[in-house]
Amino acid sequence: MTPEEIFHKLERELGPECVFNFDAGTGKAKDAFCEVEPGSITRVAQLMKADPALGFDYLECITGIDFPNDQKIQVVYHVYSYGKKHRLVLKVSLVRDDPVIASLCSVWSAANWLERECFDLLGVLFEGHPDLRRLLLPDDWEGYPLRKDWKEKPDYHGIPSTRPNPFDLLAKAKALEAKKAAEAKGAEPADGKPTKVVEVNAAAAEPAADAEAKKAAAKAAAIAKAAAKKAAAKKGSP
Amino acid sequence: MTEVIITNETMDEEMTLNMGPHHPSTHGVLRFIVQTDGEIMRKATPEVGYLHRALEKIAERCTYEGYMPYTDRIDYVAAMFPNQCWAMTCEKLMGISPPPRAEYLRVISCELTRIASHLIMLGCMAMDVGAVTAFPWALREREAINDLLEELCGARLTYNYHRIGGVSFDMPKGWADKVRRWIDNFLPLMDEYDRLVTYNEIYVKRLANVTVIPASMAIDWGVVGPNLRAAGVKWDLRKADGYSIYPKLKFAVPVGEGKVGTVGDAWDRWDVRCQECRESAKMTLQCLEQIAAFPENDLMAELPKRMKPEGEAYARIESARGDMGIYVVARGGTEPYRVRIRTGSFTSMAILESLTPGIYVADLVALIASIDVVAPEIDR
Repeated sequence: MTPEEIFHKLERELGPECVFNFDAGTGKAKDAFCEVEPGSITRVAQLMKADPALGFDYLECITGIDFPNDQKIQVVYHVYSYGKKHRLVLKVSLVRDDPVIASLCSVWSAANWLERECFDLLGVLFEGHPDLRRLLLPDDWEGYPLRKDWKEKPDYHGIPSTRPNPFDLLAKAKALEAKKAAEAKGAEPADGKPTKVVEVNAAAAEPAADAEAKKAAAKAAAIAKAAAKKAAAKKGSP
Repeated sequence: MTEVIITNETMDEEMTLNMGPHHPSTHGVLRFIVQTDGEIMRKATPEVGYLHRALEKIAERCTYEGYMPYTDRIDYVAAMFPNQCWAMTCEKLMGISPPPRAEYLRVISCELTRIASHLIMLGCMAMDVGAVTAFPWALREREAINDLLEELCGARLTYNYHRIGGVSFDMPKGWADKVRRWIDNFLPLMDEYDRLVTYNEIYVKRLANVTVIPASMAIDWGVVGPNLRAAGVKWDLRKADGYSIYPKLKFAVPVGEGKVGTVGDAWDRWDVRCQECRESAKMTLQCLEQIAAFPENDLMAELPKRMKPEGEAYARIESARGDMGIYVVARGGTEPYRVRIRTGSFTSMAILESLTPGIYVADLVALIASIDVVAPEIDR
């Protein structure tokens, strides 16, 4: 069957309020698709699988796409039939603030992990899914990275997500050294007691460097502690 | 072995064990939470995501041509396939058709990669179930393919060879003869491999009737590629879709027949791959024969000066791990709006949990090896 025939069959059986906006895939979109009303996705999927003339037995792919400007999240299903060798793309538009759609696990088992991934990365809730947990990201991850407004957090459990540019650090260290050298040099003629001043400077500089090193060590320890805590939590969780 | 006992909550014999993520038999970084009753498995739950590198998100910040090297990392055991899939998706989106010589080079490089990838699977699976000799045998041949591909495109693992609209280099002088010589040597070696391992009595007894995936279950769970064919479903995208120049080539589609046990058992999955290696080698020979008719160095199609397509396209290819598809949504910018990558390993992994109840712990290792998952392809 051509995609158009499939669409008309679906339209005849389920009504034009369930499936609409057919595109033959000859324009900008290169694959034939039709839109489905969110509440009817289970009925559409069941008919597509059960009807002997349609015979869609293979769910290839589930994709979630975020459209913040239109305030919607689109879920796209690519479906294929091994027996009839035809395919169709289904698109469902959900409200972006509350994206909920029925799970298709009962129709195609392949939906199980595909829906979990979509939930994980886009935050689409699949109602009736037997095991809707995060798949790729850690369980305690916050936010949905494939949404367009997602921003990377500065750290995860104390592990920074960025690191300072080593060239910046080098430049800073050099500037500090130069400043110290200039201070030591500049202090000599002004005071007239060079030996004493140098001693004072050295004494003043040493504790400062010490404090900095201590601070860095404390920070490293905190990070290690947080990582260990997280590892312990993860070990205990299953 | 890194199995560590975590809990023994109840007083019966059931234990929850952790397997991985750095287990030698888990082919990358995979983790299983295994509930066992002695040697019998109650359930094994895969925990994936250790190799998640957000390749779909990265694509949203790359130009169309600039994303090509990233696709290598989707499946680094057979990097030529994501290359081809990405190139085909973009070509479909922008209405470009590569010159025939480039198509031939794509198929040659892909089929060689398929052999290399299957050889890794054959070697590793044999080793996982205890036949160590097979591993160096397979790896030796794979090394030769790596050398050949290095001569072709300069890289041994992450090729970055295909381009949108063609391929980057033509064959070097004398390369075709080198490939022919290697294949002449390789085909008899596969027979020897069969004698050494495939029909070895110990090996057959180890794998026959183990972890059967019936055809109906495989289709329902979206299992693709050699695993689907091992279940007895004669379906290959190269035949069904006939993309690229595959319709011009003569090749058979091997399916699992249950020669030593049940259709769809671990041994069938092994045997299908052995046969596919031979078919791929024969396909390469045909390509080398036919490619001579096309002018040298005609490798790239005319491309638009700036790639700013609009619309959407989904292209699929038959990779070493089955149906791979890339779906791209473009909205007129220099970067794609959304890229989705569908891989064979992902769905193969999804079925695993429902296959494990009642099997032996040792058979889980055979199962993972026989479905040939590659962790980066699951996590992307």
